[in-house]
Amino acid sequence: MIKNTSHINPLENEAIYVFREVVAQFEKPVLLFSGGKDSITLVRLAQKAFYPSKIPFPLLHIDTGHNFPETIAFRDKLTKELGLELIVRNVQDSIDQGKVKEESGRYSSRNVLQTTTLLDAIEEFKFDACIGGARRDEEKARAKERMFSIRDDFGQWDEKNQRPELFDMLNGQIELGQNVRVFPISNWTELDVWSYIEKEQIEIPSIYFAHLRKTFVRDGMIWTNDDAIVFRDKEEEVKERLIRFRTVGDMSCTAAVLSSASDISSVVKEIRASTISERGARIDDKRSEAAMEKRKQHGYF
Amino acid sequence: MEVLKIATAGSVDDGKSTLIGRLLYDTKSLTSDKIEAIEKTSKQKGYDYLDFSLATDGLVAEREQGITIDVAHIYFSTANKSYIIADTPGHVEYTRNMITGASTSQTAIILIDARKGVIEQTKRHFFINNLLRIKEVVVAINKMDLVDYSEEIYESIKTDFQKLLKERDYQDQRITFIPVSALKGDNIVHKSETMSWYNGETLLEHLEALDFKDIYNVGTPRFPVQCVIRPKTDAFHDFRGYAGKVYGGELSIGDTVLALPSNTKTKIKSIYFYDEEVQTASRRSSVTITLEDEINISRGDMITKTDNLPTIDKQFTATIAWMDRDTLTAGNKYVIQHGVNKVQAKVERIHHIIKTDYSGIIENVDHLEINDIALVSFKLNKPIFYDAFKNHRTNGSFIIIDPQTNTTAGAGFIQ
Repeated sequence: MIKNTSHINPLENEAIYVFREVVAQFEKPVLLFSGGKDSITLVRLAQKAFYPSKIPFPLLHIDTGHNFPETIAFRDKLTKELGLELIVRNVQDSIDQGKVKEESGRYSSRNVLQTTTLLDAIEEFKFDACIGGARRDEEKARAKERMFSIRDDFGQWDEKNQRPELFDMLNGQIELGQNVRVFPISNWTELDVWSYIEKEQIEIPSIYFAHLRKTFVRDGMIWTNDDAIVFRDKEEEVKERLIRFRTVGDMSCTAAVLSSASDISSVVKEIRASTISERGARIDDKRSEAAMEKRKQHGYF
Repeated sequence: MEVLKIATAGSVDDGKSTLIGRLLYDTKSLTSDKIEAIEKTSKQKGYDYLDFSLATDGLVAEREQGITIDVAHIYFSTANKSYIIADTPGHVEYTRNMITGASTSQTAIILIDARKGVIEQTKRHFFINNLLRIKEVVVAINKMDLVDYSEEIYESIKTDFQKLLKERDYQDQRITFIPVSALKGDNIVHKSETMSWYNGETLLEHLEALDFKDIYNVGTPRFPVQCVIRPKTDAFHDFRGYAGKVYGGELSIGDTVLALPSNTKTKIKSIYFYDEEVQTASRRSSVTITLEDEINISRGDMITKTDNLPTIDKQFTATIAWMDRDTLTAGNKYVIQHGVNKVQAKVERIHHIIKTDYSGIIENVDHLEINDIALVSFKLNKPIFYDAFKNHRTNGSFIIIDPQTNTTAGAGFIQ
């Protein structure tokens, strides 16, 4: 059956366009895959961009060792089903090699540490374009990010010296040693992503849906109880709660929300009605007003 | 849902960030943690009102200086439309950011401080919006609260602004004037109670009523090929698809098309959007096209209908906006990226600089500096397939890349 016209979702068309530019302009692109909903959405968009060919680049997962087990299981299933090449590099290895030092105490996490592992992987494989699922609506420093964002040899972002991006023309010319971070869903909002997942019936890890979990509360936020990974004071009481995650990062820095939304349409409804922004549940950004910008200058994705 | 992109322009302290913050606040687009952060910071600074500019001023340097220095993108939506605002800085040295923000927008908001009226900056902002052929321009006369909500002042600013309209190049542009106070919330989302003399729409009402059919400039379909899709699998053994985005019009199965530069005529055999076959590729959709005949087509080539052909030439003259600290001098060599096509280019001649405050041109110039806008002729190492910018916003524009630094050094609009 031939449909009448190609449907118009300007954000989807833009993202597909960006993917095709990456493959045309770079020799060794890679998709940075975290197992979260944004990178899962990227995989679907990449499928669309190159159909009926397979996605012509590998996925790279920087595994902090603090991921939710559900995320890892999902990652392996997805890459197997689609026949994609998956590269995994571990933060634990960077720690063992003495390149980075584990944080300790309250709010300790491996979020900052993964930058080193990522930069090492880029060098190891000589990736010249790393595609990521960052969105400009997530955070104000990200609001200034380009679709093609140039990083120097040290992975650093020079936010005052960014190339202007005009029309939809993407200038991917770089020098040897530089690489580009590419953000095809820059212009999507959290709700856009969720609505797309609903419309496209994209499978996502189970932790995005309501489930019972042993948790404790600190500073008004709900944390997973896992004493090996998430720091907890003795007096912080563990209780079973019906929760889900709105964003999926490390267990140690991703807080849950109380929710009974057990399928995608109730999740979309919940997001539509919610008044707290997505990154409000990420402690890594709350460290200071300029937290994200500082991390990005140092090569964070 | 359709997405309306809006470029904002104003001078330092015109209250642009406040206007955007107000728009977000009154449409309930700010989340509780963001409002909390704004309230906290406003209080720390000792303000007796909410400093909405904190909602948009992203970078540390900006917060320190209290000014916006780069293009920031802000998102909000209503039941009816999604909006993306490109918040671009207003000071003279950042013209390049304003052009960047405006290049992807279909609508622009120009802010005027009611106490200052039409100033040189206003003229420059209008010039750029006109140069980029932005169809819808809203002139928001802000800080009305500081001029006692005076109708007289509003009308006199309006009259001053209308004088500029005679000088503009793009006459189809629609201009709407709205008196506002972003700080107090007058005529942004809610109707002003104090300006009963104003019967027009509020800013949001105006944006909500814009029809997408009207804000895109119509042209003929152009299909620049981004890449060739050859799966080489058993199921798609002989599949050879051309991936790209359709600009300016539609393409359908059975259309007779011409492939450039090979100049070969053929017909469209099929159109894919992902795994769906479609009869017609809509404007601005990213599709994959297969053709009846096997033709050698690669990235940068163009598929177009056989009527209204683009100009195929190795030279052209364009209005360019120079955006780099290194100067452009006649004889310099650059890379021109026209859509997805790259060619070597040499600056043949700088005809003149165009003064963006409508005060004329400067002749006999031998180089261009950052933020100069000028008429320049280029010679290319191979032909490109272009339209005049006034006929085709996409196929009439290009960027200039400095091959030494790889930076995007300028943007051009073909005559």
